[in-house]
Amino acid sequence: MLSVSDKLKMYFTMLCIRRFEEKAEELYMAGKIWGTFHLYIGEEAVATGACFALRPEDYITSTHRGHGHCIAKGADVRKMMAELMGKATGYCLGLGGSMHIADLEGGNLGATGIVGSAIPIAAGAALACKLQKNNRVVLCFFGDGAANTGEFHEAVNLAAVFRLPVVFLCENNLYAMSFPVKKAFAIPDIAERAKGYGIPGVTVDGMDVLSVYEATKEAVERARKGEGPTLIEARTYRFRGHSKSDKGVYRTKEEVRMWMERCPIKRFREHLLGEGVPEETLRDLEKKAEELVEEAVRFAEESPELTIEEARRLVYA
Amino acid sequence: MPEREITYAEAIREALREEMRKDPSVFLIGEDIGVYGGAFGVTQGLLEEFGEERVIDTPISEAAIVGAAIGAALLGMRPVAEIMFFDFMTLCADQIVNQAAKIRFMFGGKAKVAIVVRSPAGSGTGAAGHHSGSLESWFTHVPGLKVVAPATPYDAKGLLKSAIRDDNPVIFVEHKLLYRVKGPVPEEEYVIPLGVGEVKRRGRDLTIVTYSLMVRRSLEAAEILSREGIDVEVVDVRTLRPLDEEVILESVRKTHRALVVYEPPRFGAFGAEIAALITEKAFDDLDAPVMRLGGLEMPPPYNPHLERRIAPQVEDIVAACRELVS
Repeated sequence: MLSVSDKLKMYFTMLCIRRFEEKAEELYMAGKIWGTFHLYIGEEAVATGACFALRPEDYITSTHRGHGHCIAKGADVRKMMAELMGKATGYCLGLGGSMHIADLEGGNLGATGIVGSAIPIAAGAALACKLQKNNRVVLCFFGDGAANTGEFHEAVNLAAVFRLPVVFLCENNLYAMSFPVKKAFAIPDIAERAKGYGIPGVTVDGMDVLSVYEATKEAVERARKGEGPTLIEARTYRFRGHSKSDKGVYRTKEEVRMWMERCPIKRFREHLLGEGVPEETLRDLEKKAEELVEEAVRFAEESPELTIEEARRLVYA
Repeated sequence: MPEREITYAEAIREALREEMRKDPSVFLIGEDIGVYGGAFGVTQGLLEEFGEERVIDTPISEAAIVGAAIGAALLGMRPVAEIMFFDFMTLCADQIVNQAAKIRFMFGGKAKVAIVVRSPAGSGTGAAGHHSGSLESWFTHVPGLKVVAPATPYDAKGLLKSAIRDDNPVIFVEHKLLYRVKGPVPEEEYVIPLGVGEVKRRGRDLTIVTYSLMVRRSLEAAEILSREGIDVEVVDVRTLRPLDEEVILESVRKTHRALVVYEPPRFGAFGAEIAALITEKAFDDLDAPVMRLGGLEMPPPYNPHLERRIAPQVEDIVAACRELVS
């Protein structure tokens, strides 16, 4: 059972993700962050609930929409913000940016810009865990779009037949960029795919952090016991566009509003209040998240950039 | 009457529209090309005109997109596939390299694979390691494929129309930084044959051989150099395979100096093929060794100052030209 203090930690994680991204969006508008990025706003319950079911020494693989995974796995938001601002103090020294954040020491094996490409890598990491007998588990995040790539099918099958300690967590936010899951799948639940690989599949409410936590916990335990992978589908929704160039022509305002009413943070806040947590405690956490992100911006702004000579030395080991 | 100017993206869209109107066997297939209008807006409005049967949005499945295009082509269709970023060409590389390029030959010349695979290449958008690649050289190494990389709206339209009508698989390399660039494109119909290069600027002192975005940068460099009395000729090969050797050799025989400019990492890229051609066939005409200016040997970095360094900029081209004539 989760204690109140555990739940407050979860709440704080969700707040940090939300605040981090709202800030990143602001900085983008101000021209301090360039290129593009993919916001996780609305999906915070998935990363938070799932990562809470892990031990610190476990691993995750992430996606192009990876800020939430990174923070939920325990990353330092200062180094994340520095990465988004292209600074040498960032997790990837400013070479990777938003789409390629990796926190290898913290067990985040990296975000990817190629949809589906981290799924075989997660299987490989799980294979290493098995060979090294280190009792660790890999949690593999990917989206509904990735579930239709060849890499998904090849890797899930491989992990299933090798009984690897990996949990496949599909964040189904209903759209692969603009393409709706209704058109992309001929089955109602992506979790049904599990049957084809002989592993358990479960669909959970991705707007409810506790449901995600419970489902992931069970899957992680199975994996750790050597019983192989599980496919979890978390139904969720991104409140923002796919990327910064998205004009939002493929979904209605009503649909977006309906999902925003189901905001996972608001919902969990109400749950905590219902459990008797004083509102002041929650407000303190909200303020703390705000301060943490502000501090991250200061850190990033004051940080230096890498030189091309330094970058050149990083191409080969 | 002043000539009409449209963007490179609009020119590509016009070519698609015209060929689709003309030939019912032409259809488009790719990710987010329908209601979204393509990641860079190239196919905007085509779904409305041609409907879901001819502007086909797919799941994220690059191998299936190109494979399906090949299969349809075997039955006489002329599909144009869009791969959202050139980096994703790796995901359909089997279908392009092992299937599209070889099927005709392996099947004794009895099949044809009349497909076009369009894809935006190039760095300069802050999109880092997985969305900034210039991998066109890889495909120039494959007999059976044609590779086209236009630099202007006019060329983009005329070459794409030829590519769609061609009975072979054509890799059509678009450059992200060119999409919004405007240029003259006549209202009336025209095509530009594949495999024919063009002198984009006449000059006496040295020849720059290049393609795609680097044509534009080379022309800017030539302008700067002309003020210093260095008269640069710029040859745009336009089609990388088959290569118009004559337009290159003729220019070098006149100027006696050649600089090959290209965006991919310098080592082993297509520019080396051009340098080898000049050395083999115009060696006696050269007053200096052929010089190559390519990209740096590293994956595209995110940091914008570093990203700028990996691809040749106007000032790099200017410096290389000065060195070559000194």
